[in-house]
Amino acid sequence: MESPGIILAFWIFSAITVAGCLMVLVSRNLLHALVFLVLAFLGMAGLFLTLSADFIAVAQILIYAGSIAVLMVFAIMLTPLAARDNGNSLYVLPALAAGLGIAGIIGFVAVNSPWAQLTGDALKQGDPDTTVSVIGDLLVGRYVLPFEVASILLFFGLLGAIVLVHERRGARESS
Amino acid sequence: MPEGLSVTLVHYLAVSGLIFGLGTGVALSKRNAVAVLMGVELMLNAVNLTLLAFSRFSSAFAEGEEPLAGHVFVVFVLTVAAAEAAVALAMAVLVYRQRETVDLDRVNLLRG
Repeated sequence: MESPGIILAFWIFSAITVAGCLMVLVSRNLLHALVFLVLAFLGMAGLFLTLSADFIAVAQILIYAGSIAVLMVFAIMLTPLAARDNGNSLYVLPALAAGLGIAGIIGFVAVNSPWAQLTGDALKQGDPDTTVSVIGDLLVGRYVLPFEVASILLFFGLLGAIVLVHERRGARESS
Repeated sequence: MPEGLSVTLVHYLAVSGLIFGLGTGVALSKRNAVAVLMGVELMLNAVNLTLLAFSRFSSAFAEGEEPLAGHVFVVFVLTVAAAEAAVALAMAVLVYRQRETVDLDRVNLLRG
């Protein structure tokens, strides 16, 4: 990781991601917060690219910056009276203290742990042109059972979302 | 390039910890249910970054271990995050239909 391009890209994408997270925290309009969240997701995809994770970076853009952002736009539009305001709750100071504490603890452990100073040689040994084929082999090979469980989870997530928002006939009158 | 400037595992872990802390702050301090979900997504993203950083920088794999196992874990985290977002946003819409608000300070009854 000594090439100047990678180092520059790491700092730029880190700055974009952290700035996006901060703007989600301080933005007063929920739609603006959502835009900055998408910016943070895109910066995170760039960070994934600097880690030579091409497939995950593309999946991040498709799933997070694409579908989850659209899903959140739908949720904001479907709750019109309540949704524009991105106000803080009563517990903003304890929440910020908890966030800063967690970040501090993780940073302290990361700096002080004796991580082996490694260069990613294991990844270079296999030397795949792309990670896609290796991930595909692993998904239908060694990790085929978690793969199937994930498909069942997605199915029930879909089913649960449909059942939850389905308006039963007559439910409106009784409530 | 000078010695101190190269990007190591520690840099990625520090950025990831910072994003996780900010996500925690968003998830705990916001009133709107959708904003809380944004914080949860940021936390999941930070975890993904940690997994990928360890996968990239570790060369401590035993014989026959696959160095891209971390990437497969991230695929599963993405799957769970998508399912969780769909169900949580459906629940937000449902709560709004019942109570005309998604303000979590005012959704405090188990039985409406």
